[in-house]
Amino acid sequence: MSEVLALTGRQMTHLRRTPEKIISVSLTPIAMVVILGYLFASVISVKGGEYHDYVMAGVFAQVGLACVGATALGVASDLRAGLTDRFRSMPISRASVLFAYTVADLVTAAAAMGAVAGIGLLVGWRIHGGFFEAVAGFALLLGFTYAMLWLGVLIGLAMRNMEAINGVTALALVLFSFLSNSFMPLRGLPGWLRAVAEWNPVSSVAEACRVLWGNAPASAGASLPVRHPELASVLTLGVLLAVVVPLALRAFRSAAAR
Amino acid sequence: MEFAIQAEGLKKRFGDHEVLAGVDLSVPPGTVLGLLGPNGAGKTTTVRTLATLLAPDAGRATVAGYDVVRRPREVRRRIGLAGQYAAVDELLTGRENLVLIGRLMGLGRRGAQTRAEELLDGFGLQHAAGRPSKTYSGGMRRRLDLAACLVASPQVLFLDEPTTGLDPASRITLWQQVREQIARGVTVLLTTQYLEEADFLADRITVFGSGRVIAEGTADELKRKVGDERLEISVERSESLDAAAAALGRAVSEAPVVDRETRRVAVRLVDGIGGVARAAAELERSGVPVTDFAVRRPSLDEVFLQLTGTGAQTKESGDE
Repeated sequence: MSEVLALTGRQMTHLRRTPEKIISVSLTPIAMVVILGYLFASVISVKGGEYHDYVMAGVFAQVGLACVGATALGVASDLRAGLTDRFRSMPISRASVLFAYTVADLVTAAAAMGAVAGIGLLVGWRIHGGFFEAVAGFALLLGFTYAMLWLGVLIGLAMRNMEAINGVTALALVLFSFLSNSFMPLRGLPGWLRAVAEWNPVSSVAEACRVLWGNAPASAGASLPVRHPELASVLTLGVLLAVVVPLALRAFRSAAAR
Repeated sequence: MEFAIQAEGLKKRFGDHEVLAGVDLSVPPGTVLGLLGPNGAGKTTTVRTLATLLAPDAGRATVAGYDVVRRPREVRRRIGLAGQYAAVDELLTGRENLVLIGRLMGLGRRGAQTRAEELLDGFGLQHAAGRPSKTYSGGMRRRLDLAACLVASPQVLFLDEPTTGLDPASRITLWQQVREQIARGVTVLLTTQYLEEADFLADRITVFGSGRVIAEGTADELKRKVGDERLEISVERSESLDAAAAALGRAVSEAPVVDRETRRVAVRLVDGIGGVARAAAELERSGVPVTDFAVRRPSLDEVFLQLTGTGAQTKESGDE
């Protein structure tokens, strides 16, 4: 436990000294709020509400997606600096080192979501629901982000190369947020693509938040993620963590500098 | 515990490249073993295996009395590892780096702080202790790195090329700090490409080539293996080379080797100081003006090049 505290403290000191990290993970989401929620909002209409309400849940999920790259870069840079070797040559648990990355980056993500929420409120986004529903929505988003952070840890350990990590995670950010119901309802998609997009955890998380926040939930359909988005979110995230965490621990055991 | 570090038949293969082809090592407690060898000879892989970072494919090894594969945690409690680059956290200050390691090693918050101050004093880093370590010079980083692996007072220290890339002054400072640890009874395994470094720090030297040990001994033993002492003289003018060679030949009854380019004559010395005295007398009698007169032994560089010569050549023509 004291290991986790010491290592998390180290990460929090990093965050204090380089707060740019918060900006880097909130940049794309904020751009989406301004472009879609403000510039395009007047020409796009969704059933049952305002478009600037509709996009916000997906934009918050984008913060989580952006954290994949940020976490992977932090992990890879420790690996290259030889710090990972040092930690591995010490009598501490492997899990505590990786856990510390995810705790600290969850704080980064929460701060970034705060910034995104501020911009959202400026363009007119409001939560039309109860307090507990509002909190539940954010809790779900943080859960989603947490799964993404472990994915980032795995990618950082497995890929090492900074340029490659940047490329892959930037592509994943675009792919996962646009191949979902984040910015448009999925009604118009061809059947197979629609199934893929519906099962994308970003879709179920965003839809669950829209339901909780009264932000124009739009989907209609028969599949499980559409009918029970909150259940589908918890399910997909649980599976994701169950796969990614052991893989990350294994990668850490054999991780080598260079 | 007879040996602080012991390895038997360590093998490791990466893909179809055999990095360790059966390495045996034994280092008695409180001594320093220098691992010497060209790039790619397996020095770093050996260190990583002994420091529990890498599992060997075959063979066994114990460090501080514990098996590195079966009891890695016990080994990790007793070792310090300084890798090829200073593993310091650039965003943390020097002090924060040391406190972090202390807390991870279970010294507690207060204990870690006290230990950090001791090390900052001992390593001459107190003046920079509050600055992020990314502002440190190369020498300061290495010192901080060495201090970090000493936080928990390890019994065994692994130093993987500890002074690569340092200027001569920083190198000497670091050597002195390593020597202080040796004086305290710490066992050290040191890899290096600098023969001077092995000569200065190591009790015994193991020479690596293509994943195996190709020679082992003290620096003196290795030098003797390569060649005897020889007497070398230089003359002012090349016309007097033959007269000088004749004089040396009379003195030691061995055939002298003449190098016209550098105006030097060398001869093998078989009977020590007697030969030196006779050579001096013969040269004096022949009236040849001599500019340099010296007894030389092979340097570790010559040992290194002779022992690893073939390895280095295949490397050059190989795929690297």
